[in-house]
Amino acid sequence: MKSRKRHLWLLFSLLPFALLVICFQILPLFTMVAESFRGDGGVGWGLDQYTKALTSKYYLIGLKNSLVISLCSSAVGIVVALFAAYSITRFSRRVRDFLLMLSNMTSNFSGVPLAFAYIIILGSNGLFTLLFKQLGWTTLASIDLFSWFGLVCVYVYFQVPLAILLLYPTYYGISEQWRESAALLGASTAQFWRFIGLPVILPGVVGTFSILFANAMGAYATAYALVGSNYNLIAIRIGALVAGDVAARPELAGALAVLLAITMVGAMLINEWMMRRVRRELG
Amino acid sequence: MKPNKAFHGSVATLVMFYLFVPLIATFLYSIATDWYRTILPEGYTLAWYQELFTDPRFLQALQRTLVVCLIAIFISVGVMVPTIFIVTVYFSKWDRVLQGLVMLPYAIPGVVAAVGLIKLYSSGPIVLSGSIWLLVGAYFVIVLPYMYQGIRNSMRTIDAIRLVEAAELLGASRMQAFWKVIFPNILTGIIVSTLLSFSTLFGEFVLANLLVGGHYETMQIYLIRRMEESGHLTSAIVVTYFILLFVLSGVVMRLGKSSKEGSR
Repeated sequence: MKSRKRHLWLLFSLLPFALLVICFQILPLFTMVAESFRGDGGVGWGLDQYTKALTSKYYLIGLKNSLVISLCSSAVGIVVALFAAYSITRFSRRVRDFLLMLSNMTSNFSGVPLAFAYIIILGSNGLFTLLFKQLGWTTLASIDLFSWFGLVCVYVYFQVPLAILLLYPTYYGISEQWRESAALLGASTAQFWRFIGLPVILPGVVGTFSILFANAMGAYATAYALVGSNYNLIAIRIGALVAGDVAARPELAGALAVLLAITMVGAMLINEWMMRRVRRELG
Repeated sequence: MKPNKAFHGSVATLVMFYLFVPLIATFLYSIATDWYRTILPEGYTLAWYQELFTDPRFLQALQRTLVVCLIAIFISVGVMVPTIFIVTVYFSKWDRVLQGLVMLPYAIPGVVAAVGLIKLYSSGPIVLSGSIWLLVGAYFVIVLPYMYQGIRNSMRTIDAIRLVEAAELLGASRMQAFWKVIFPNILTGIIVSTLLSFSTLFGEFVLANLLVGGHYETMQIYLIRRMEESGHLTSAIVVTYFILLFVLSGVVMRLGKSSKEGSR
C-alpha cells in the first residue's frame, strides 16, 4: 500500500513536464495538422489547402526553390567536408582537437549574423566585391548576393562546419591496417578509396547529407535577413502566411508546414537508418 | 608521406580560412571608420562599440533576450532534472517514450512550430499571442533535446540506478538519494546542458520574430532592424554576440573534458 502511494507521488512529479510538452509541443502540432484540413477561415473540412499548395504555381515554385537550394548547398557542403574532415583525421591529436573546436565555433555562425557578415564581404560595397573590381575580375565582382546564387553561397557556409563535425567520426571506421594491406596487394590510393574507403563511409555520408538537407529546408532566418519575405522559399512563405503583412492564412500555412515537416522527418529517418548501419559496421 | 602532409595541411588551412573570412571581415568592419572605397579600412576606431554600449535600445534588447532565455532555461532545468531522474531510475520502460518526445523538436523547424503555436494561442480559452510566455513555452520545447542529452548522459555515466539502490539500501530516503548522491554528480552535466541551451536560445530569431516580434524586441530582432541603418554598429553587435558564444563554448568544452576525465 505504501509503495503504491509512493509510486503515485512519483507519477505526480512528472506532471509539469507532461503539461508543458502537451501545451507547447503536442497541442500546437495537432492544431497545425488539424488546421491544414480546414477550409479558408476555418470553415468546413477537406483537402482544399493541400490542393491549393500543390497546384498553385507560386507555392510549387517555392517548394522547388527550397528543394534545389537544399540539395545544392548540401552537395557542396558534403564535398568540401569529405576532404576537410579526412585531412583533419591526419593530424596529431592536439591539432585535431583545435580544428574541430574551430569548426564547432563557426557552426554557431548562422542566421541573421551570418547574413550580415556576407553583406559585408559580398554585398554591393563588400570587401570581396571591391577586391574583385580592383583586380578587374568583373564576373566575380558582379555576384549578386541577393540572388539565388548568393543565397546558395550563404547556405553552403553554414553547411560546411556542420558537415565536418558529422562526417569526421565516420572516417574512424577505416582502419589503418586495411590501407596497408591494400597497398601491399598492389592497390593504388584511388583504388583503395574506390573499393574500400568510400563503401565504408558511404552510410555516414548519406546520413550526414540527409541532416544537411533537413537543416537547409528548415532554415528561415538566413534567407529572411538577406531579402525579407521577397524570396520564394517554402519556409519564408509559411512565415509570411502566419505573421506577414497580408491577411494571415493559418490553414494554408498549416498545409505547407505539414509538407515541410514530412520532408524533414523523412530526411531524419534516412539518417537514423544509415547511422544504425554505421554503428553495426563499427561495432 | 611528405607531399601527403602538405596536401592535408593546405586543405585544412584553406577550409578554416574560408570559415573565418566572414568573422574577420565583420570584426574589421566593427572597428573601421570608413570602408567602402578601399580594400582595407581607412582608419580604425572603437566608437561603434562605445555607441552600442550606450544605446538604451540595445541594452533593453539585451535585457529582454536575457529575461526570456533565463526564464525558459530556469523552468527547463527545474522540470527536466527531476523528470529525467524519475524516468531513468523508476520508470525505465518509458525512457524510449521520453526520448521520442524530447527529440521531436530536432525534426520540427521554427517556422513549422510557429504555425500551430500562433493558431492555438491567438484565440480560444488561453490567449497568449504576443506575450513572452508563449515564447518561453516555445523555448522550453526547443531546448528539450540539449537538456535531455546532457543530463541523461551524465546519469548514465554515474550509473544512477545502482547509486540510488545503494543509497536506499543504506537507509537514505528518495529525496536524500537524489539531493545528496545523484545531484552533485550530475551537476556538470546540468551546467553543460544549460550553457548549450543558452547559446542556442541567445541566437534564436525565427520564433522570437514570428511569435512576439512586434511587441518584444530581442537582440536578434534588434540586430535585423539595425542592419539597414548602420552597418558598423551591426557588426559591433555581431562581434559582441560571437565573443559571448565563444566564451560559452569554451566553458562547455572545458567542463565536458573534465567530467569525462573525472569518470575514468
